[in-house]
Amino acid sequence: MKPVNEMRVQFPSRSINERLARSVVSSFAAGLDPTLDELADLRPAVSEAVTNCIVHAYPDCIGKIGLQMRMYANGRLSVKISDWGVGIPDVQQAMTPLYTTGGEDRAGLGFSVMESFCDKVRVRSKAGSGTVVTLDKYIRSRVTEEV
Amino acid sequence: MEIKSWLEDDTLTVCITGEIDHHSAAGWRTSIDREAVCAHPAVLVMDFSGVTFMDSSGIGLVMGRYRLVRSWEGELLLTGLSDRLRKMMTLAGLDRLPVWGKKGEKKYETC
Ligand SMILES: Nc1ncnc2c1ncn2[C@@H]1O[C@H](COP(=O)(O)OP(=O)(O)OP(=O)(O)O)[C@@H](O)[C@H]1O
Ligand SMILES: [Mg+2]
Repeated sequence: MKPVNEMRVQFPSRSINERLARSVVSSFAAGLDPTLDELADLRPAVSEAVTNCIVHAYPDCIGKIGLQMRMYANGRLSVKISDWGVGIPDVQQAMTPLYTTGGEDRAGLGFSVMESFCDKVRVRSKAGSGTVVTLDKYIRSRVTEEV
Repeated sequence: MEIKSWLEDDTLTVCITGEIDHHSAAGWRTSIDREAVCAHPAVLVMDFSGVTFMDSSGIGLVMGRYRLVRSWEGELLLTGLSDRLRKMMTLAGLDRLPVWGKKGEKKYETC
């Protein structure tokens, strides 16, 4: 299926950009007329994926983060977050709730948040070359909801 | 980071406002710990009624403060949680800790 709209941005892995990424995705999603609840699901999920790039992918340097958004006629919103950082050696283990390689400030729940607030989460990663996380969320039209 | 807080009897209440993400969490942690370490309260109340956004960094913030107050056998209470924040805290299994409910949220004045 061809997307009805798409957008791509790139920004450095500075923590100030976590908020920016959330706003960009919210603004893009507005094209599908989401409910406040749907937006409130999307924002933490995007925040988790972007924060992971900043904290884990580039632990000692500032690297590039790619954000690609696509929307489809059937209401699917697809958000792809890419980094070219350290990668994840074992994705399944990384996605286990409470698993973290971060310090004591990290809960190990980023992937759990993504999974509980999105319809689908896909992770592709290779140690040493980077990670791509794709979040899919169906924005159900308000019209059908109200009928 | 300025944080609104007050100590009453043995209870320290801290009010978190705005967004809690990885960017802002370090500031909240420093401010809360400054007050808590100084007061060593029997109960630390974290008031979330002014929070407009939170991701797992907020859960990390709560878990870390829980460990801190436990180091002097204190208690942690969370108040002012919206349904959404409560759902997020439940993901972390925080509902299995005695951090809310039991003492009743109403007993504590919110920000
Ligand atoms: N983009 C990434 N690059 C490298 N490693 C990653 C990346 N994303 C996640 N990881 C690894 O997966 C683990 C789990 O990620 P998750 O977001 O679930 O938890 P966390 O980031 O450790 O803690 P939290 O998100 O609760 O603050 C991380 O600790 C890290 O080891
Ligand atoms: Mg994370």
